[in-house]
Amino acid sequence: MSAPFTDAVSIGEAVRSGATTAEQVTKEFLSRAQIANASLNAFHEIFESEAMEAARAVDAKVKAGKNPGPLAGVPMAVKDNLATKVGRTTCSSKMLEHYRSPFTATCVERLQAAGAVVIGKTNMDEFAMGSSTEHCAWGPVKNPWDTTRVPGGSSGGSAAAAAAGLCGFSLGSDTGGSIRQPASLCGCVGFKPTYGRVSRYGLVAFGSSLDQVGPLTRSVRDAALTYQVMAGLDDRDSTTADLAVEDPMKDLETPIAGLRVGVPKQYLSDANDAEVNAYVNEALQRLQKLGATLVEVDLPLTDIGISTYYVIAPAEASGNLARFDGIRYGHRAALKTGESLDTLYSRSRAEGFGPEVQRRIMLGTYVLSSGYYDAYYGRALRVRRLIKAEFDNAFTKCDVIAGPASPSPAFKFGGMNDPLQMYLCDVYTVNTNIAGLPAISLPIGFAKDGPHSLPIGIHLQAPAFADAKLLRAARMVEKLFPDLVRQAPHFS
Amino acid sequence: MAKLARLEIAPAKLEQYRGELANVLGHVAKLKSINVDGIEPLTSPVDSTNRLAADQPGATLSLEELFMNAPAVEGRFIAVPKVLAEENS
Repeated sequence: MSAPFTDAVSIGEAVRSGATTAEQVTKEFLSRAQIANASLNAFHEIFESEAMEAARAVDAKVKAGKNPGPLAGVPMAVKDNLATKVGRTTCSSKMLEHYRSPFTATCVERLQAAGAVVIGKTNMDEFAMGSSTEHCAWGPVKNPWDTTRVPGGSSGGSAAAAAAGLCGFSLGSDTGGSIRQPASLCGCVGFKPTYGRVSRYGLVAFGSSLDQVGPLTRSVRDAALTYQVMAGLDDRDSTTADLAVEDPMKDLETPIAGLRVGVPKQYLSDANDAEVNAYVNEALQRLQKLGATLVEVDLPLTDIGISTYYVIAPAEASGNLARFDGIRYGHRAALKTGESLDTLYSRSRAEGFGPEVQRRIMLGTYVLSSGYYDAYYGRALRVRRLIKAEFDNAFTKCDVIAGPASPSPAFKFGGMNDPLQMYLCDVYTVNTNIAGLPAISLPIGFAKDGPHSLPIGIHLQAPAFADAKLLRAARMVEKLFPDLVRQAPHFS
Repeated sequence: MAKLARLEIAPAKLEQYRGELANVLGHVAKLKSINVDGIEPLTSPVDSTNRLAADQPGATLSLEELFMNAPAVEGRFIAVPKVLAEENS
């Protein structure tokens, strides 16, 4: 078996059937991860001995005739804002450089119970704030298709690791596109489930009403399976939905008859890269040939999403990040004799947080301050209701809404020095979080740039809790591009 | 704003932030163009009702686990600089 090229489902099958062992698979992936990490910086930590131990436990189950779970022996990489007892949980921030979590996130625990093996923690934009993984205290992550370009963000390490085949799949978190945009830029599948579907227990909070955990994978069926394992009620996260999880694997291979694909005119804007629009159009044409109906829908509030998001997300972040005060955990600054407790807070936070985090905390503090609250935060929450209503209305005419995941393919390092310019890259993904919808990004083609092929992804959004249907639609799209290279060539 | 956010920022850096944040706030001002008369704020995207946990004691983390990330510990306490000095300053 050529492990790195197969997806998580096939690895699980091979381990369960005895065609290979979890130990063998884990060893191969650890070795690949260690070698590739020198050029990609996808991982902050790689857990060799712990991973091998977990793999042997899976093999022991297989040998004893016990069910090792659907993800038996599948190596998984975990974004570093998800708490794990193994190693550190740093959020790629100096603030948490030495932080060791006394517990493991629910989503990780469920995947481990299904047989998955944690092989490492991945680098990210600090506290998940960014779209390029350049704001990482442990150095930028490189795009495996062209290492002079960004992998996207904030789950850049997870996207690069999945796309380069350094893990069976990885976990990310998505507050405004942080799973889907890097998946698009790295050429893998990135799935953000409906808000409340996957427990956030153990996810370091950024924007609590927006955050959702999801997988980055090399196939849609991997996204479906890993989602199925993670999804569902968790007593430790009161925002998880008390609704039965529809089996996403059952009808995954069956195309949806009469699929109605909503195409908002706002999404195929002239401001997008021409190749991005061309590939999205190509995918839509192919879907139509397959029998799907293309429906024009109107989402005039698309553009206002960025303004709404960059009020709500920093507001929630400024509250969530107030806990990092240098007292109970995290970085504590040194004080001179006579300096106050207040100085301890301010200096610890100034030393521990990087510039982008500081910017967003100040932005959030500002929009929540008395005198500006109604004009910014209050107004953004009202616009949020309008954005959700606009989606609700569009979904009366279609089953999924399609468009690009990102206006352009991966950009060069330092290509977006102005924070606002970077924020504008999230135009097609933030409204999904504002409305709490499920969405997925999957590769459909490549832009050519000299010797490099830069992945382009399509973005599909669906109504809340229609996750299983969305995955089926994504599987239909995936089948339309059977010859697409799904593995970054330099790392094969 | 930096003071309110408890961030000790050098004056030169403060100027840079001021420019960048003004730029972002300028963009965000587009929100004013949307008519929100009579629209209620939406704080969470999904309807959720408050769920209460059963009032039963469960396993808790040990003191050792709780303290393992504390920057300074004295006995059973987390050590901090003098708090009372604050009131005199």
